Amino acid sequence: MKDTFKQAMNLAVSRRSLLQGGAGLVGGAMLPMGLVMPAFADDKPAIGTWPAGSSGSSVTIGAAVPRTGTYAVQGEDELKGMQLAVEHLNSGHDLMKKLSPKTKKGVLGKEVKLVVADSGAKPNEAVQAQQRFITENKVVLMTGSTSSAVAVALNKLAQREHVLYVAAISGSNDTTGKDCVRYGFRQGFYGQTAAAAIAPVLVKQFGKNKKVAYMTPDYTYGHTVTKSMQDMTKDAGWTTVTNQVSPLGAPDYSSYLLNVANSGADLLINVNWGHDAVLSIQQAKQFGVLDKMKLVVPYQVPFLAREVGGGLMAGVYAATDYWWTVEDKYPLAKMFNEAFNKKFGYQPEWGAENAYVSFAHWARMVEEAGTFYPPDVIKTYEKSETIPSLLGNVHYRKEDHQCVRPVIIVKGKDPKAMKNKEDYYDIVEIVPGDGLMQKPDAFGCKLGDYT
Amino acid sequence: MINWPNFVSQLFNGLALGALLALISSGLTIIYGTLGVLNLAHGAMFMVGGYAGYVAYTYTGSFILAVIAGSLFVMILGIVMERVIIRHFYHRPHEDQLLVTFGLGICFVEIVRFIFSSQSQIVPPPSLFQGITSLGFMFYPTYRLAVVGIVAIALAVLFIVLYRTRLGMIVRAGIEDSVMVDSLGINVYRVFMIVFGIGAMAAGFAGIVNAPVVSLTPGIGDDILVQTFVVVVIGGVGSFPGAILGGLIAGEIISITSMIDPSYAYVMLFVAMTLVLVLRPHGLLGTQGRE
Repeated sequence: MKDTFKQAMNLAVSRRSLLQGGAGLVGGAMLPMGLVMPAFADDKPAIGTWPAGSSGSSVTIGAAVPRTGTYAVQGEDELKGMQLAVEHLNSGHDLMKKLSPKTKKGVLGKEVKLVVADSGAKPNEAVQAQQRFITENKVVLMTGSTSSAVAVALNKLAQREHVLYVAAISGSNDTTGKDCVRYGFRQGFYGQTAAAAIAPVLVKQFGKNKKVAYMTPDYTYGHTVTKSMQDMTKDAGWTTVTNQVSPLGAPDYSSYLLNVANSGADLLINVNWGHDAVLSIQQAKQFGVLDKMKLVVPYQVPFLAREVGGGLMAGVYAATDYWWTVEDKYPLAKMFNEAFNKKFGYQPEWGAENAYVSFAHWARMVEEAGTFYPPDVIKTYEKSETIPSLLGNVHYRKEDHQCVRPVIIVKGKDPKAMKNKEDYYDIVEIVPGDGLMQKPDAFGCKLGDYT
Repeated sequence: MINWPNFVSQLFNGLALGALLALISSGLTIIYGTLGVLNLAHGAMFMVGGYAGYVAYTYTGSFILAVIAGSLFVMILGIVMERVIIRHFYHRPHEDQLLVTFGLGICFVEIVRFIFSSQSQIVPPPSLFQGITSLGFMFYPTYRLAVVGIVAIALAVLFIVLYRTRLGMIVRAGIEDSVMVDSLGINVYRVFMIVFGIGAMAAGFAGIVNAPVVSLTPGIGDDILVQTFVVVVIGGVGSFPGAILGGLIAGEIISITSMIDPSYAYVMLFVAMTLVLVLRPHGLLGTQGRE
């Protein structure tokens, strides 16, 4: 019904354009052809919020980030990355120009505005907020997640409403796998790439034939990351002795940890995220689990080391999108850290980095396309050109809209070895993205239509 | 993970988990039983107790002072809340009471978030109770063992106040028939204020006692509130012994189910609640007709 209505609307606009074109033809019959042609050049049917969302002097981005609930801390950090990106776009900051060379001020000369809603990491709240932004603000881009359940829901909304969506933090393989959409893109790393990057490091460190206990949050992110970790360590003879699946925001982990303590595992791979990770790690320490087995966090949690305190992350391996000390190797990372630190007073975590780079890449694609018309922007992404990021060159795969980018393996520092109060991790390895990804169709991605 | 040592461990853990749930639920059920107000800000008050204790701990370094500060602060907060807002809602419909307490809860959470941010804060257990204790069949955090004792004492004190004092007699009489108590010349509204204060204090006390077990975040009360309601419904709304029984049952359900299939641990809580609602709508120890 809705689709029929939209088609009818598109048709109506086409008719109007046709009439305008016709009037132009009649009126301009005596003019040279060259003057008439441009009236047809940009003639495309309205789609999503285009052209309404970009017809004024500004364009709006809608963000649904968790500011309450289990992922609130990480949500605030990614929001800061978005705010910095918007500020840099509007001022034509040097860093933004390096990532998007055609950027002057704004995007295609239009000021960028950011509207924000609290999703509480709940898919229904995120969808409601974005639906409101689409209707009221005519947003040209949606973003925000920090829970892959939200990312998947917003993917579907993006495809249905024909409004672009760039995922914020989303670790599930499904986001650019079985739940991928034509209108959705992901810059960040995810379960498969995290597992592929960290598994060889873990096997080298801890050896073959290990017994592993998993702690898994009960939704798409948790299940796919755990599955990827199991797959990637299978050849080394690692076996799962227990998998403790818990709901998002569980208030206590004691019963799960007793099962882990009694499992005889050599390693605890904790896939929990946000405050769930903080609480489960602190309680693992209380129950003596961390004295019995080594802890691994395959999908790094921003602020985890400072929140768990007590040096609990010392010696713990984690895979991440970004850790600020990469600035020693990458000049753009240094520029980003300096700008972020100046504005917010701390070193950016990876949620902020992902948000910033995602906005910069979107702005670049729009500038390259020369229009906000979503299918053209999508096709620019799909050229898969090599483009800069804070970690060197990257590209987006045209088959699943996943950015092929490096994964960083970090190891928690002993508090005594920290050079400053934010020096929580050593960088063990920066693993190039190309070899980490599954084949584009391996997770069942079917992108869907442009219009 | 079904084996004998794990079963015994989980059985014991269920007891410890249930003790804490019982303490939090008792405050909620006393208030509801006496005043007829379902206090949706109870979880937020539990959280405020944790933070008030955290502030006291930061300044004094004393856990005992933190417990006193957490309990007293939330008691005063409860009394002010009752005097300024709640008392105007005693004769209003239940929906109004739910909405106003829900709104107050959101305000408390956001004020705390504004002051302390969403990042978690840590209150370490007192040095006497740090570390792990071997119980022979399992290792268990010493502080959690202590919590079982602390909660048992706190519940015993509440029991004595409610069942062995004149105030308790009036409160229980108020639960049965507040109009009659009023007509006997007892200022029932003053009693209501005291009851709200006691209920709030129980929440604050639970908040700070629980703080070393978890890390404090502004949302900590939201997560526990749902479980608390389950406990109250299972035990019988308004019944103090019901809250204790409900708490212990809930703790055991979470622990034992997690041993069989962890992903069902919290789901089974709601299954149990549904069963109780179907088979015994007033809860295991609730009395029919009680308002």
